[in-house]
Amino acid sequence: MQRSADDRLFRLMTGAFAALVLVIVIGIGYELWAQSVLSIQKFGWSFWTGRTWDPVAGDFGALPFIWGTIYSSLLALILSTPIALGIAIFISELSPRSLRQPLGYLTELLAAIPSIVYGLWGIFVLVPIVRKAEILLPDPLRKLPLFSGAPLGVGMGAAGLILAIMVVPYTSSVAREILKNVPVAQREAAYALGSTRWEAIKVAIGYGKTGIIGAIMLGLGRALGETMAVTMVIGNAPQVSLSLYAPQYTMAAVIANEFTEAAEELYLHALIEIGLLLFVITIVVNILSRLLIWSTRRRAPNVVAVPPVVEEEEAAA
Amino acid sequence: MRKTLFVILAVALAGCQQSETTTTTGTAGTTAAAASAAPVRLQGAGSTFDTPLFSKVFDAYQKQGGAEVNYQSIGSGGGVQQVIKGVVDFGASDYPLNDEQTKAAEAAGGPVVHVPVTMGAVSVGYNLPVEGLRLDGPTLADIYLGKITKWNDRRIAAINPGVQLPSTAIAVVHRADGSGTTFIFTSYLSAVSPEWKSKAGAAGSVKWPVGIGAKGSEGVSGQVTNTPGAVGYFEMAYANLNHIKSAVLKNAGGRFVAPSVQGAADAGASAANNMPADLKAVFVNAPGDTSYPIAGFSWIIVYQNQKDATKGEALVKLLRYTVHDGQQFAQALDYAPLPKPVQDLDDQAIAKISVAGHPAQ
Repeated sequence: MQRSADDRLFRLMTGAFAALVLVIVIGIGYELWAQSVLSIQKFGWSFWTGRTWDPVAGDFGALPFIWGTIYSSLLALILSTPIALGIAIFISELSPRSLRQPLGYLTELLAAIPSIVYGLWGIFVLVPIVRKAEILLPDPLRKLPLFSGAPLGVGMGAAGLILAIMVVPYTSSVAREILKNVPVAQREAAYALGSTRWEAIKVAIGYGKTGIIGAIMLGLGRALGETMAVTMVIGNAPQVSLSLYAPQYTMAAVIANEFTEAAEELYLHALIEIGLLLFVITIVVNILSRLLIWSTRRRAPNVVAVPPVVEEEEAAA
Repeated sequence: MRKTLFVILAVALAGCQQSETTTTTGTAGTTAAAASAAPVRLQGAGSTFDTPLFSKVFDAYQKQGGAEVNYQSIGSGGGVQQVIKGVVDFGASDYPLNDEQTKAAEAAGGPVVHVPVTMGAVSVGYNLPVEGLRLDGPTLADIYLGKITKWNDRRIAAINPGVQLPSTAIAVVHRADGSGTTFIFTSYLSAVSPEWKSKAGAAGSVKWPVGIGAKGSEGVSGQVTNTPGAVGYFEMAYANLNHIKSAVLKNAGGRFVAPSVQGAADAGASAANNMPADLKAVFVNAPGDTSYPIAGFSWIIVYQNQKDATKGEALVKLLRYTVHDGQQFAQALDYAPLPKPVQDLDDQAIAKISVAGHPAQ
């Protein structure tokens, strides 16, 4: 009798905590909407596609920021995924036992560095290196839209690089856990069938595929919301460009930069609407990654993997 | 929401400061005669540019028995909003209230008074192996409009006779965050270039035709130091601090003037001659042979009708102190001290403030 009352209480409490998460998410969404009403009414859907950001004339469009956020995050994903997976595979499969712990610890240490430190390092070390590399790039390549523009050092390329470095520890530590959880029997079975080491690793990766996709998506979630380090190296110019040389802008960065001095009502509302869009985009990315994981899991029905974790970086507003 | 967070944080910080400063009053109080007065606490918020000066002035003021002042440097825009809403007793801003803000203030607490409290000069720093580069307003505007893209452009060469200019591409750097420095700089460009005025205008953040946005004055100065061929603008103190070469600018009198505290003060003094009644003067490109063209006031903004008798009196005293005795700290911190004519105008403005329906003592 006593026990079942305890059970009920426990269930109620944990249920309430779970509900709280939902309330908070809805609350954030509502608040962002309520505080950006002026901008929503004035610009409507054209806010998503507008390319002008003119605080003086009161004309606002978010496309350059949406573009910059997604482009820089995807760039970071492309650069970081092979490195992060390489680290994870080496640590869990190939490295000598004595190196495992320190290597794992060191990669996780990267995640503990504050982003402002990454940003400063970016300005003083990374950007000059990127500028030199940009100048050295042979002329025929410079004609491509990907490398057009003046070699300034700051720009999309530097932002993608710094984001990639910041994302690596997240992706690699989750991927390492996944690989560690692949049953020994799987590898032994592969060896028993005459696999080489590489083939056995491939089997392990195939086994943990859903989890690894989850790890990559976790990295993407981080990259989307990263603010400080990116704003310090991306050049903060609202334009839509394919070029890695071009200074561009992200959603989180424009909010952080312009919020304190936004004196006009409409300007403030436009900035908060950017926060709302970032919120929506993060949710959409999360849903898409769930779908991706779900579809790979369906294709390989007997796979048991660590449930993927996709986190949202605090939406900047 | 972020703003509310800022306020909470600011208030929390103020709390720490308060306890800290209260102890200092305690020790000073035994000697100061003014200790008999009940402790009055004034809250202020706004311009980051003013912060170093205010810390010094307000501290000195308290030590000689004046009110305790908590000042939060949350940015000019935030300071203006908070004073309008009555969250703080005074706001500090590098740009005057616009029409929308004036209306909001009048609806909330009546007319406001702008009191110029200090002046600053904005340097145009560059990264070129050339000493004492000369620029004039229209050329600078065209650089920022993206119409002049190389340092050896013939228009730059024309004002720098005999100087070997490299063919380096110009890397334009500007502030990414909204700022009073940007307001003064874009006001100057608007004053000297009709095209800039119509395309971008003057404000704390504008739509930049070209260039890299960097965060904070330290970001702009860092970017200029790092990028060969870069040009950027920042408060004069940053140029001195980082040993960045500053352009010598042609003023309204046709002379070339390097940025200096004296140049800013001269510009302010010549602006005082035709100051508008509300003291909302933007004096970029000021007349006078020695005036430096990119300089501006920073204002303390208060409601004209102070409802709280104690606080109102304390506020008026603080303003008088800041405008007169407080100016002695300016020069050492790279601010231009207020010239006499501006101080006189300030006194008239402060005299307009009424406390609980009566003129202040």
